[in-house]
Amino acid sequence: MSAATMRVALVGNPNCGKTALFNQLTGGRQKVANYAGVTVERKEGRFTAPSGRTLQILDLPGAYSFDATSPDEAITRDVCQGRYPGEAAPDLIVCVADATNLRLHLRFVLEVRRLGRPVVLALNMMDAARKRGIVIDVQKLSQRLGVPVVETIAVQRGGAKALVDRLDAAVPEIVPSPIDEATVDGLHAEVRAILADAVTSTRNTAAIDDAIDRWALHPVFGLAILAVLMFFIFQAVFSWAQPVMDAITDGITALGAWATSFLPGDSALHSLLNDGVFAGLGAVLVFLPQILILFLFILILEESGYLPRAAFLLDRMMFKVGLTGRAFIPLLSSFACAIPGIMATRSINDPRDRLTTILVAPLMTCSARLPVYTLLIAAFIPNRSIGLFNLQGIVLFVLYFAGIFSALGVAFVMKRFRKDRSEHALIMELPSYRLPNVRDVALGLWERALIFLKRVGGIITALTVLLWFLSSFPGAPEGATGPAIDYSLAGMLGRGLQYVFAPIGFNWQICIALVPGLAAREVAVAALGTVYAMSGTDDAVATQLGPVIAHSWSLATALSLLAWYVFAPQCMSTLAVIRRETNSWRNVAIAAGYLFGLAYLASLATYQIARALS
Amino acid sequence: MRLSDAPKGAQAVVQSVTDAHPADPIAQRLRDLGFVAGEPVRLIARGPLGGDPLLIQIGSTRFALRKTEAARVDVLVDGAA
Repeated sequence: MSAATMRVALVGNPNCGKTALFNQLTGGRQKVANYAGVTVERKEGRFTAPSGRTLQILDLPGAYSFDATSPDEAITRDVCQGRYPGEAAPDLIVCVADATNLRLHLRFVLEVRRLGRPVVLALNMMDAARKRGIVIDVQKLSQRLGVPVVETIAVQRGGAKALVDRLDAAVPEIVPSPIDEATVDGLHAEVRAILADAVTSTRNTAAIDDAIDRWALHPVFGLAILAVLMFFIFQAVFSWAQPVMDAITDGITALGAWATSFLPGDSALHSLLNDGVFAGLGAVLVFLPQILILFLFILILEESGYLPRAAFLLDRMMFKVGLTGRAFIPLLSSFACAIPGIMATRSINDPRDRLTTILVAPLMTCSARLPVYTLLIAAFIPNRSIGLFNLQGIVLFVLYFAGIFSALGVAFVMKRFRKDRSEHALIMELPSYRLPNVRDVALGLWERALIFLKRVGGIITALTVLLWFLSSFPGAPEGATGPAIDYSLAGMLGRGLQYVFAPIGFNWQICIALVPGLAAREVAVAALGTVYAMSGTDDAVATQLGPVIAHSWSLATALSLLAWYVFAPQCMSTLAVIRRETNSWRNVAIAAGYLFGLAYLASLATYQIARALS
Repeated sequence: MRLSDAPKGAQAVVQSVTDAHPADPIAQRLRDLGFVAGEPVRLIARGPLGGDPLLIQIGSTRFALRKTEAARVDVLVDGAA
């Protein structure tokens, strides 16, 4: 079978370096998709071995045991057993084990061996094991296990050579599975016996881990380090990304202008390309720099082993309101954009905790709200200092915290409503610290960028085109005096909406702007500009718009609109991602329903109170 | 003694893991992860707020366990039998 394709499945405990090994084997040639009907990722790649044989590698989710407690583990088990619908049983299972953590990982190897399929054991992180003075008698280990054993160093170039050679050789003989259904204690006893026979080690943990954890997990310093780190990341996301974001906006505007310069300026096609397609493209791409910078930090922290420590520090606080420490990173990501935040909830294994996190993520103040916040604050809030602080700054701060506190509140309420009251497990491994590998971080970033663009690009472009249609047709009649949008379908919708929004103080111009603003929040500023018959770049519109709205809206209306933007789900892409990640329209309806409800109530209260006081 | 009550830094040996209710998945997972009779464990650190969760070292692995999870594990602390 030298020319045939061999299907190889990689399995192993979480943190065994499996994905690094996968990257090492397949390079960039990998395909990421979701398993049908579940959100667990399916990663596959292929490479050609020296003999010319094609090897197809499937990277299965990390598992501690076939006695599955999460969808990830269930998939790994089912694929290994050849029971997963639509996935053929692998020809060979490569079981990856961390050589510095054999006591835990060998037990899973024994479980895999029980399947009675061809198995090769890859002893990964051999460099770290040697450094720690762990001596492994590979020959003896192989003998005791009855499976071939190879040494690998996944983070080193050529570190998988022994594995490739082994895979390239004939498929190892099928190991007869032991008939005994050993108990848990039995398996552990076997591991102990094998370790005693084949492994000698001097110490249990790396000295560096103990030293770092003394500070990183310290009740006071640990929290301080975390706070400084978060502050730094925030700074980086907002300040480093700005120049690139500006360049992207300018670039796409220029590209749109060039591409449409061959068309008559007043044609529908010109308008469709310029205001529909290119505007939509720009609205998506402009967030890419922030998302990439944020994920760069998250991937580095994840690879280094710090993230579970952050979750450890915050678990208690978040558990009280019905979340988990693991929800911290997804919620942090949501400050840049809720979409990657919701995607990051995959690291939460309890499905209930994960759903709660997904549903509250849109409340984190994402960067798309900033254009609206800045416009309104600049126009209505006097630029005056109160003590040490600036009044405008205080308002922005209040808006951010309104989001955070409402998220905690909503999570707390959801906890009350939950029918399933069984215990939520934390049980989280804190892996050894290690230096992040440049190649693995780069591949990870590339993957996130692709997922973001694919998921969001399609939907937002389609919606922008739809909204362009709504706000362009039918056109203004002969001799019309108002702006064209007023006579369009969007205009009619907006005027209809006014009946609903009058109690919260929105005039018809705001109502019209809300319609295109549904696709993405930042479009609302441009739409307001259109309604007030202004044109030009976003910045120019915003500068002209300030004085106009300051003159024509009441303060109560402005405050009400700010309150609306804290809560309202004015972002189709977020709803689309919730649909993708939870595979349920019901959850989309719950999210949209409660967010609109909160927005309306908050605006109503703000408007009525502000009006009564003025 | 329950692992959740063990003093910080103390060396202890697992006696057993008790199911909090029949077919307790958390207890099962703890056993799978190596919390079985005779294994040495050590409480390395406590969370910053209310001392929860706990950081438990077993073999060369460190796990964060909430107090309610660690309470399922019976241990014998060295020198305090």
